[in-house]
Amino acid sequence: MKFIVSILLTALLAFVAGLFTQFPWWVFAISSFVVSALITQSPGKSFLSGFLGLFLLWVILAIIKDAANEHILSTKVSQILPLGGSYIMLILITGIIGGLISGFAALTGAYLKKSS
Amino acid sequence: MRIVPLLVSALLTWGAIHLFNTQLSVGGSKTPRLGYFLSPQHGFWQNAESTETNYNGNIVLKDLQGKVEVYIDDRLVPHIYADEDNDAYYVQGYLHAKFRLWQMEFQTHVAAGRLSEIVGKERVPTDQFFRRLGMVYGAEKTKAYVEKNNPEMQSAIDSYAKGVNAYIAQLKPEEIPFEYKLLDYKPEAWTSLKTYLFQMFMSYDLTGRGAVTDLQMSNARNYFGYKDFDRLFTDVQDSLDPIIPKGTVYANPAVKVVSPVDVQTAYLGDTSGNSTAMAPFVPNKSNGSNNWVVGGSKTKSGRPILANDPHLGLNLPSLWFEVQISTPTHRTYGASFPGSPAVIIGFNDSIAWGVTNAGRDVLDYYEMKFKDSTLNEYWYNGEWVKAEKRSETIKVKDSANVIENIAMTVYGPTMYDLHYKNSGSGGKNLALRWTAHDGGSGLLAFYKLNHAKNYDDYLEAISHWNTTGQNFAFASKTGDIALKQQANFVARWFRQGDFILPGQDSTYAWQGYIPTEENPMIKNPERGFVSSANQKSTDKTYPYYLGAASNFPVYRGVIINRKLAAISNATAADIQKLQMDNYNVFAEMARPLIMKYVNQPVLTADEKKYLDIMNSWNGVSDVNEKGATVFNVIWDSLETTIWGDEFAGATTNIGWPDEITLLESLQRDSLYSFADNIKTKNKVETISDAVMEAIKKATVVLQKADKEGKLGWAAFKDTRVSHLLKINPLSALHLPIGGGKHIINATTETHGPSWRMIVHMTDEIEAYGVYPGGQHGNPGSKYYDTFIDYWATGKYYPILFLHLKDAPTHKRIKWLMTFTKA
Repeated sequence: MKFIVSILLTALLAFVAGLFTQFPWWVFAISSFVVSALITQSPGKSFLSGFLGLFLLWVILAIIKDAANEHILSTKVSQILPLGGSYIMLILITGIIGGLISGFAALTGAYLKKSS
Repeated sequence: MRIVPLLVSALLTWGAIHLFNTQLSVGGSKTPRLGYFLSPQHGFWQNAESTETNYNGNIVLKDLQGKVEVYIDDRLVPHIYADEDNDAYYVQGYLHAKFRLWQMEFQTHVAAGRLSEIVGKERVPTDQFFRRLGMVYGAEKTKAYVEKNNPEMQSAIDSYAKGVNAYIAQLKPEEIPFEYKLLDYKPEAWTSLKTYLFQMFMSYDLTGRGAVTDLQMSNARNYFGYKDFDRLFTDVQDSLDPIIPKGTVYANPAVKVVSPVDVQTAYLGDTSGNSTAMAPFVPNKSNGSNNWVVGGSKTKSGRPILANDPHLGLNLPSLWFEVQISTPTHRTYGASFPGSPAVIIGFNDSIAWGVTNAGRDVLDYYEMKFKDSTLNEYWYNGEWVKAEKRSETIKVKDSANVIENIAMTVYGPTMYDLHYKNSGSGGKNLALRWTAHDGGSGLLAFYKLNHAKNYDDYLEAISHWNTTGQNFAFASKTGDIALKQQANFVARWFRQGDFILPGQDSTYAWQGYIPTEENPMIKNPERGFVSSANQKSTDKTYPYYLGAASNFPVYRGVIINRKLAAISNATAADIQKLQMDNYNVFAEMARPLIMKYVNQPVLTADEKKYLDIMNSWNGVSDVNEKGATVFNVIWDSLETTIWGDEFAGATTNIGWPDEITLLESLQRDSLYSFADNIKTKNKVETISDAVMEAIKKATVVLQKADKEGKLGWAAFKDTRVSHLLKINPLSALHLPIGGGKHIINATTETHGPSWRMIVHMTDEIEAYGVYPGGQHGNPGSKYYDTFIDYWATGKYYPILFLHLKDAPTHKRIKWLMTFTKA
C-alpha cells in the first residue's frame, strides 16, 4: 500500500511542480526526495517507487502529446538523437531519464530517514 | 555508518541531474540538455502540436489603435483586416512571431555576426566575416536614414516590432520554439534594427558574391595575365537576349565616365598580390529568378498575367510567409519575409508586381595603404587621413569575447587587414565599397508597392529602391505592363570593379550613380510581353558598363523570351505550365557541339550506350529522363578536361569560366587553344581529344549512377529542402522534381524557385501560388512542410484573396483571431 501511495504521490507532486515552468525541469527531484523521506520504505522500494512515479508520469504525458501530434515530432527527434526514428524508444528514454533522477532522489530520502 | 549510503545516493542524484542538465559533446556537435529537452512539461514534447489545433482566439494587447480581425484559411494563411495600417503591421509582427519566431531571430543573428553567441567558438570565423563586411554598420545606416526621411516606413517597422514583442512577452518558458530547446538558448526582444539586419542578409545573398568573386577575378588576372583572362572571362555573350530588346535606342548618358589614364598598367595589367580569402558561405551563383508579364494582346481574357519565381536557397522554415493585409488604404496579398512588415512579392486590388535579381555589380574592393600597424591613418589623395575605428564585440558561448576593430575609410570598412588576414596577399589591406552601406530607404519601395494603384505609383514606389539592384515587373488591371531595373547603379567604365581597385587616391573611385531615368526600362512593348531572368539588361549600346559578364546567366532569358513570343490566348494554366517548363535550351546548343567532335569508331560499348541515351533525349529535364543526366555529366567532364589542367597550376582560389564561355568559344574556334592538355608535353590535344576524354570520364560516373539506380534525372540531381540548421530529419529529402540550371524551372540540388506566383489581372483577381515549405515554422506542426509535394509536382494553390464581407462564411476559412486594445 505504501508502495502504491509513494508512486502516486511522487507522480502527483512532480506533475504539480512541473506546472511552474519557470522552475528548472528537475524540480521533481525535490518532491521525490520529500515523498520518500516522509513515507518509510526500504531503500530498494523507495528507489523503485521514485523511479516508477516519474517514469509513469513522463511516459503518460509524452504519450498524450505524441498521440495528439500523430508522432510528427517524435519521429523526427528520434532520428536526431538518434534512436532510429522510433517514437516508442523516445517515449521510453524520456521515462527512464525522469525515473532515474527521481529514483536516486527517493533513495537519498530513504537513507536520510534511516540515518536520522 | 548510515552516512555513506546517504552521501553516495545524494551524489548519484546530483550527478544524474548534472549529466542530463548539460550539453554533451558528441561527434563534433552538442546534444541538447537531455533532461530538459525530454521533460514533457518543459522540453520538446510541448512543441508536439496537436494536429487538431484550434487557432481561434481573442487576444488583448496594448499599443493597438483599434480592433483587428484575422481570418485564417485552410492553408494557415492569415487574412488581416485592420482599421489602421500600423495595426495591420503590428498584427503581422505578432503572427510572424507566432509561426516563425526562431527563424526570424536566427536569420538576423547570422546577419549580425552573432552565431557564436548561440553555437560557440566554432562559428567565430563566420561572425568575424559578417562583422567586417559591415552588416551591422549597413543596417544602422539604413535605420538612421529611414528614421530621418521616411517616418511612415519607420512607424510601420516600429509597429511591427511591437507586435513581435507582444507575442514574445506572453510566451511561457515551455512554449518557446523547438530549435531554442535543441540549441539551448532563449528568444530575446525584437528590435526595429533586426528588420534592417534582415535586409542586409538579403543584400548579401543577392549581391555579396562580389566579396569573393572580385578576389577570384584578381587572382585569375594575375595568374593568366589580362590577355588570356579576357578570353576566359570575356564580356561577349553571343546568345544573349537582353531584358530590354536589342536595338532599343538609349539617350546620351548624363554621367560621363572616364577610365583613369594609367588603367592599362596600374589596373588591368597589374598582376601583383593574390588573395586566398574565402567567405564562410558564398551566396549561390544561381541566386536569380524569373519574372514576366504577358500583356492583354496575348491572353485569352485580354488582361495581363504576371508571373514570378525568385530562385533562392531552399530552406525550412521557408524564407517566405503568405499573408493578406487589408486596411482602408489597401488590400494586398503575397509573400512576406518573416522579420519585415508588408508584402514583398504580391498584388493588390489594382496592380501586381514581382522581382528578380539585377545581378549588377554594387560591391568593390579598394587596396589601402596604412601608415603603420595601428591602422589609424591611411594614405589618400596625397595625405594621411585618420581612420575612425568601429569596434564590434562578438560574444562567444562558453568562451571569451572576440573584438573586431575595423578601420573605416572613405570607401567603407577595411574588410581585410593584418588582423584579419587574407593570406597570400602579402598583408594587403582591402576596404569595401558596397551600396548596401549607403543607407537608403530600405523597404519603402515595397511598402509603397503594397499601396500602389497604377503605373505612376509603381514607378514612384520603386524609385525608392536604391541599394542593391532588382528587376521590378509590373501589371495593372487597366492593362499596363512594365519592367524596370532599379537601384543606385554605379556609372562604371569597362572592367571597373571587376578586380581589386587601387585606393590610394580618388582616381579609381566611383564617379557617380546612373540617374534612375536612365536605368533600363520597358513599358507596354509592341511584342506584348516583358520578362527578366537575371541576364544582362541591355545590349552593348547601353552607355554604361553593367559589370562582369559572369554575373549574368543567359539561357533562361533565351528560352523564356522564345516561349513568350510564341504564346497567344494565354490562360493562367498556360503560365503555370511555363513556370514548370523543364526544357534545357543550353543542351539544345551544347549537345550538337559535343556530337560534332565524337570519334564514333573508338567508343566502347558503354560509352556508345550513354551517348545514345543522350542523343535520343528530347531535351526536357523531367524527373525520369536519363538523357538529362548523361548530358550534364558529360558537360561537367568536358569542363574538367578543358580547364582542369590550366587551372590546376593556380595556387590561389580561382573560379572556372562560365559554361557559356566554353560553349561559345568552342563554337567559334575549332582550334581553341585551351583544349590542349598542358600536362602532356609532347602532344597538342584537339577539341575532339578533349570531348573523347570527357566521355570516358563521364562514363565512369554514369556506370556508378546506373548501378545505384540513379540515372534518372531527379534521382541523380537529388533536390532537397534543408532545415536552416542542416538537420536531415527536419528537412525534406530526395524530392521528385525535374528542372535545373539554365532551365525555367531552375531547381538544382539545394536551390530553386522559392515562391511561384501567377496573377491574372481580371476584375476579381485570379491568382495562384506555392512555395516549398509550410506556413508553420514548428517542425512539430502538420503545417511545417505541407506545400512541398505540391511544389515538387508543379501544382498550385488557388489564392484566396478575400473581401471582409465574405470572410466569415467562406468555406476555406477555418479560424478567427481577434485582436483588441487593452
